[in-house]
Amino acid sequence: MIPEIGQFALTLALMTAVVQGILPIWGAARNNAVWMRSATPTAALQCILIAIAFGALMRSFVVSDFTVVNVVENSHSLKPMLFKVAGTWGSHEGSLLLWTLILAVFGAAVALLGQNIPTSLKARTLSVQAWISTGFLSFMLFTSNPFDRIFPAPLDGNDLNPLLQDVGLAMHPPLLYIGYVGFSIVFSFAVAALIEGRVDPAWARWVRPWTLAAWVALTGGIALGSWWAYYELGWGGWWFWDPVENVSFMPWLLGTALLHSAVVTEKRGAFKSWTILLAILTFSLSLLGTFIVRSGLLTSVHAFAVDPERGAYILGLLVLSIGGSLTLYAIRAPKMDPGGLFAPVSREGGLLINNLLLALATATVLFGTLYPLFLEAITGDKISVGPPFFNASFIPIMLPLVIVMGVGPFLSWKRADLPGVFDRLKWVIFITLISLLVVWYMQTKGPALAVLAMAIAVWLLLATLREWSLRIKLGQVSFSESRDRLRRVPRSSHGMTLAHAGLAVCIFGFVGSSAWKSEEVLFVEPGTQIEIAGFDVTFEGTERVQGPNYVAAVGVLRVMRNGRDVTVLRPERRTYPVAQSQTTEAAIRSTPAGDLYASITEPANEDATGKWTLRILYEPLVGLVWLGSLMLVLGGLTSLTDRRLRVGSPKRKTPVATAPIAGE
Amino acid sequence: MKRFLIFLPLCVAIVIGLAGWWGLNPDRDPNSIPSALIGQPVPDFDLPAIEGIGGLGLSTQDFGDGSGPILVNVFASWCVPCRAEHAVLTRMVREDNLALVGINYKDKPEAATAWLTELGNPYDRIGSDETGRAGVEWGISGVPETFVVDANGIIVFRFVGPITSDAALATLRKALAQAGADKS
Repeated sequence: MIPEIGQFALTLALMTAVVQGILPIWGAARNNAVWMRSATPTAALQCILIAIAFGALMRSFVVSDFTVVNVVENSHSLKPMLFKVAGTWGSHEGSLLLWTLILAVFGAAVALLGQNIPTSLKARTLSVQAWISTGFLSFMLFTSNPFDRIFPAPLDGNDLNPLLQDVGLAMHPPLLYIGYVGFSIVFSFAVAALIEGRVDPAWARWVRPWTLAAWVALTGGIALGSWWAYYELGWGGWWFWDPVENVSFMPWLLGTALLHSAVVTEKRGAFKSWTILLAILTFSLSLLGTFIVRSGLLTSVHAFAVDPERGAYILGLLVLSIGGSLTLYAIRAPKMDPGGLFAPVSREGGLLINNLLLALATATVLFGTLYPLFLEAITGDKISVGPPFFNASFIPIMLPLVIVMGVGPFLSWKRADLPGVFDRLKWVIFITLISLLVVWYMQTKGPALAVLAMAIAVWLLLATLREWSLRIKLGQVSFSESRDRLRRVPRSSHGMTLAHAGLAVCIFGFVGSSAWKSEEVLFVEPGTQIEIAGFDVTFEGTERVQGPNYVAAVGVLRVMRNGRDVTVLRPERRTYPVAQSQTTEAAIRSTPAGDLYASITEPANEDATGKWTLRILYEPLVGLVWLGSLMLVLGGLTSLTDRRLRVGSPKRKTPVATAPIAGE
Repeated sequence: MKRFLIFLPLCVAIVIGLAGWWGLNPDRDPNSIPSALIGQPVPDFDLPAIEGIGGLGLSTQDFGDGSGPILVNVFASWCVPCRAEHAVLTRMVREDNLALVGINYKDKPEAATAWLTELGNPYDRIGSDETGRAGVEWGISGVPETFVVDANGIIVFRFVGPITSDAALATLRKALAQAGADKS
């Protein structure tokens, strides 16, 4: 009964979305206020209906209702409750339902919270949002119904893929989807602005909080995903340039560009057409990601069950949404006025470089991800593009970006005084050069690029802190005045400082853990000793442990340093009998200096009974990858609480009136 | 120039869309790994029979006698998916009347004998590849792996992993039928 309610709610939601997609936008064209205002209740209703459907599916998972195909395929009665709940979005159908739920939540949020947005823009935005809903709701109902029943019902389920039975990964899809789908509302705003033929600083300010919220969630989602890959896959890496990772990274890169170009549109009225294009492309890349992950187009370690019919349907949706919006853009964009003028050396100029480099980086990743597909289509050759390509192309683009990032916040709008900026940064430059030499001395054999990247990260961190300290005049005035200034500086500035510093911290982690890691892979028998990065590790054997729905072999590794006990690492190899698969649970000893990481797999064949394959790594600074990501997220959140996003937005045509204090 | 740039994103999107449309072709499997051996003659190898089982060993000379396609299955007693696949192969031999030979990869003769005694022996010939040398010649990436060799001793098809799903079975049958048709 409950699943039928879910199905019914979903069908009603589709109807509501159709109405919301037609009535408000028509009303906006005919200037009919009642029709325009209908967007608010329909958006709320749509959200409630999809939430009911989602709740119904979740209930089916929680009570293990094995009359529902989706539950049979992705759950098991012995699974811990957390993973029963997470199983709701563990499958293609369930995750799609989560996707549409988030889409509707964002629509409803704009409808209810965006009270200062002009009625016609709001009506058009919500209608565009409803078109996207209509596409995905119909996709779900026609090709991937999560509520399909099965008769006779099996006694128990097939279990969720054990790799996915993990707390980090249970939270990863919701965050990632909030990011992906959050950009939908920015897309809707952009398309609505194109239809309306009007983009101005006020528009940029209405869009900003939504862009920020989506960006924060996407950052968190990607960071969680890489953390999961780090400790669950047992390879000791946190980023593999896998197509599925890339498709989540591309919206992030372009979303970051959008975040910065929208600032220029908001503050200076420039970059309008570019900001609109970025808004469209960011969501387009999210859609492309959905398509690639669900159609089995590219080979990847993560993928859903593949069905060509589904792929064709999503491709159709893509053609309509991306093709439609880009065509609209091509028609309308030439009519937009270019906006404020600026000198090459200025805040605008710096942000322009930021945008160009980020767009170039996105294009590189897009090319590398799709190149195998193009090549196969044209010549039939099968290749895979891996880390060497991305490292060789992506890193050289990002390093100049990071250098510019250090200077950017010092530049003033319109025209900046570059010698003055360097004067303020002279100590930063000096310390950076010193640290370059120090790193070089410590790692004389280290790759030159890594040494350079380390120095550039030092540069970014110091320049960011210097900008922050100048802003609050730390050391120049009394401490209490600095504290007072600290409170008055807009939160978005603090957010920027935190996020930029976070990126610097991330780079320390990226470089340390990839350039200077030590790794050993070997067969071990009880008593085998290994020396790695100054640690003496002894393999003492394995123990058997019974878990709720798995059995595990636990390796015991005694770790000593200079003759003193440091810790005992217990990497696990779990076997899930129901799902007939195995997972690796790495054992990690984390310190600020680096992680000692161990994982085991069972004997490879008959010859090697009793010999386990042990992978042991020492990864310097790897924890900073996630600390930095956390700082990025917190920076975004801080910026999101900025006063100017909370209190009344400016009225159109008078956007300059409420410029915030302290030289933004 | 400006007008061209305005249309650039649309053009890129169209190209990607076309590639995506092409890529949805249901016969295309992005995970399949092409084998360098496809279209090549069977590599040089000569394996003795498994001690204790009796029967015949397997060598390059056993292929290409013009009698019909031969299915070559690489298996081992320590490989769990092979156990599942074994039942499928046994049924195929019974129902389709095909020639099946085996390469027993990196296995101890006693273990292999026990395994075949327990599950039955559907293979016409089995070569015992204790060192894994023949496996290298065949370019296998793991066990189980299955090849189709046509009547002229040319390798025409390779399947990585166990043949347990209906889809895998259908692909294999198709390859066998094609190999058989080419004989004439």
